[in-house]
Amino acid sequence: MKIMDGTIVTSYNTRDALLKLYEENSERIGKNDSARISALRKEGISLFKQKGFPHTKLEKWRNTDLSKVLNHNFSFPLEADSGEVDFEEVFKCDVPGFDTFMVAQLNGKFIDRGKIISQSVQGVVVCSLAEAFIKHPGLIEKHFGQYAPASDSSLTALNTAFARDGVFIYVPDNISVTETVQMVNLIHSGNEVFLQTRNLVILGRNSSLRLVQCDDSVDDQIGFINSVTEAVIGENSSLDHYKLQNKNDRSALINNIYFQLEANAVLSTNAISLNGGLIRNEANVKLNGRGAHADILGVYLMDRNQHIDNQVFVDHSQPDCTSNEMFKGILDDHASGVFNGHILVRRDAQRTNAYQNNKNILISDKAVIDTKPFLEIYADDVKCSHGATVGQLDSEAMFYLRSRGIGMENARMLLMYAFAAEIVNRISIPQLRLRIDDLVKKRLRGELSVCDQCVLHCNAKEQKVAFEIDMSRI
Amino acid sequence: MLSIKNLHVSINGKEILRGINLEVKPGEVHAIMGPNGTGKSTLASVIAGRDIYTIDEGDVLFKGKNLLEMPIEDRASEGIFLGFQYPVEIPGVSITNFMRTAVNEQRKYHGLDPIPANEFLAKMEEKKQMLEITAKLANRSVNEGFSGGEKKKNEIFQMAMLEPSLAILDETDSGLDIDALKIVANGVNKLRRPDNAFVVITHYQRLLDYIVPDIVHVLFDGRIVRSGGKELAFELEEKGYEWIKASLV
Repeated sequence: MKIMDGTIVTSYNTRDALLKLYEENSERIGKNDSARISALRKEGISLFKQKGFPHTKLEKWRNTDLSKVLNHNFSFPLEADSGEVDFEEVFKCDVPGFDTFMVAQLNGKFIDRGKIISQSVQGVVVCSLAEAFIKHPGLIEKHFGQYAPASDSSLTALNTAFARDGVFIYVPDNISVTETVQMVNLIHSGNEVFLQTRNLVILGRNSSLRLVQCDDSVDDQIGFINSVTEAVIGENSSLDHYKLQNKNDRSALINNIYFQLEANAVLSTNAISLNGGLIRNEANVKLNGRGAHADILGVYLMDRNQHIDNQVFVDHSQPDCTSNEMFKGILDDHASGVFNGHILVRRDAQRTNAYQNNKNILISDKAVIDTKPFLEIYADDVKCSHGATVGQLDSEAMFYLRSRGIGMENARMLLMYAFAAEIVNRISIPQLRLRIDDLVKKRLRGELSVCDQCVLHCNAKEQKVAFEIDMSRI
Repeated sequence: MLSIKNLHVSINGKEILRGINLEVKPGEVHAIMGPNGTGKSTLASVIAGRDIYTIDEGDVLFKGKNLLEMPIEDRASEGIFLGFQYPVEIPGVSITNFMRTAVNEQRKYHGLDPIPANEFLAKMEEKKQMLEITAKLANRSVNEGFSGGEKKKNEIFQMAMLEPSLAILDETDSGLDIDALKIVANGVNKLRRPDNAFVVITHYQRLLDYIVPDIVHVLFDGRIVRSGGKELAFELEEKGYEWIKASLV
């Protein structure tokens, strides 16, 4: 930043750079586009041109300021330089016994590791989005851009304009995918990169999928990721979804997910944010069929100057749907957090049951949380509740623990851990739960932040655990 | 074992304890009785180390060490246990982990290695049987959703696990039905040894039918106004606290 005549001007104009990039490469980006998708991209780029990046004057962005994280001389890899890096070298998932089908993206580029999901014979597809544009044009035409409206956010619009690579998952009707699909999105670049990934997940009827999305950085370079995921869950299908975030302090991650649930579909999505310079998770959940149910969960543990922003929008557009939001966070040092939970119950969505809760513990008096529930109800037969708490550790509970001989530090840990455990215990994959449990403990002891490694492959020397709180190992 | 001399304690400028003197020796069971609001719970909390009180004057020695200068957790490791009148609910912390952490922290204080998992589990089982606790405690969160009786039984269970040399039970009998009361009293009686001591704080004489005290004290208006044998409790029950008040004038 330079100071001229007392006004602060940013040295780099990322918006203009992106517009120019699009202009120069639009043909290359859209070479496999149908007329519909081509129009979507044009709409996206023109919306972005008109609106620019979100700024703090917008209500939804009041407490998250992107200006600093955008003020860098980014490179915008359209064709990633992944050739220089051996993925298997940089990344090793070390969750014990966590056997997944892993798809990897390095610097925004899908890495073909030559592996095929075992149920491909039954029609299950896991490949790059770019490949799907060529091999599955019918599915792309039917679903791409249908759940993430460009008008929703200029970042989504921008992503749609550039969407080229990312992960494509298709599960046909009547298939339970046995393997857990793990998407690893890794940044390992010498440059300050600006990346846009786009994922599309399609579940047919009576199907199920477990999906773990890992966002990690393995170096301490500055990065900005604008990621959009669309997921449609067909009738009677279920998606069990996890987002694990452990980024370096210089990174910014915008994670915008659009879920659409058809009749009797079940979604469980759990955002676990352990580290990151600036993280914004947007979960848009549209309950589009009668009897659909969504659990939208999240836990965040932030310190230093980290910033976490969780935005949840649940759209009850059909009757007899239920949604349950629970976000819990612990903020220390100068960390700041935002929670914005918007529940919309449309006129026809009778017998809606919607619950929302955001609980926070502020460890230092410099930490900040802005939490805002927002219920918008147009139906009359509805059960809706919301709650938000901000507090310190309970002094009565501290006294109780200490009176049994537990030292101050461990008593604090135990209470913080217990606070987070409510969300961690909801992880249905046992190996993942154990590992996250372990990571939360490490994170609370301040051991994880130093290594800035991937959430699933922390190589830091494990310190002796001073307290035993893991009920599952006894 | 415990020696309290001229203890004056206040909270927010309001004096609650006004010169307490108390000597507890190994093997003894003391009962402290008295009407509500006379400082019984304050005395218990101050011994355990609750830091919302101001110590204005006096000494508290435990096994010859100055208790008032010790952090809460060190007092516990030295052998003091407080059975809470209102045990705190701690969602997300299982009783197993709570107790294992506590046992290991106390062992660490004494320079011992952590207790092996199987030994610990066996100990838990043994204490449960001894106290005739049938509920499945292990994986429940500490006191969460417990009934009043379950909470108090859980206090006794913790006491059994931690094997303190001085246990102070703060109105452990309040809100208990007769069966729960018997379990609590039975627990105390089974844990009595020549080398440990109990201070039982109670409002009613009822508990003392089951736990027979060596010495009964009457706490009134921040002072111990009368001490005597177990017959004092019967006398109190019969004549009520008004009798004490009248005799003080």
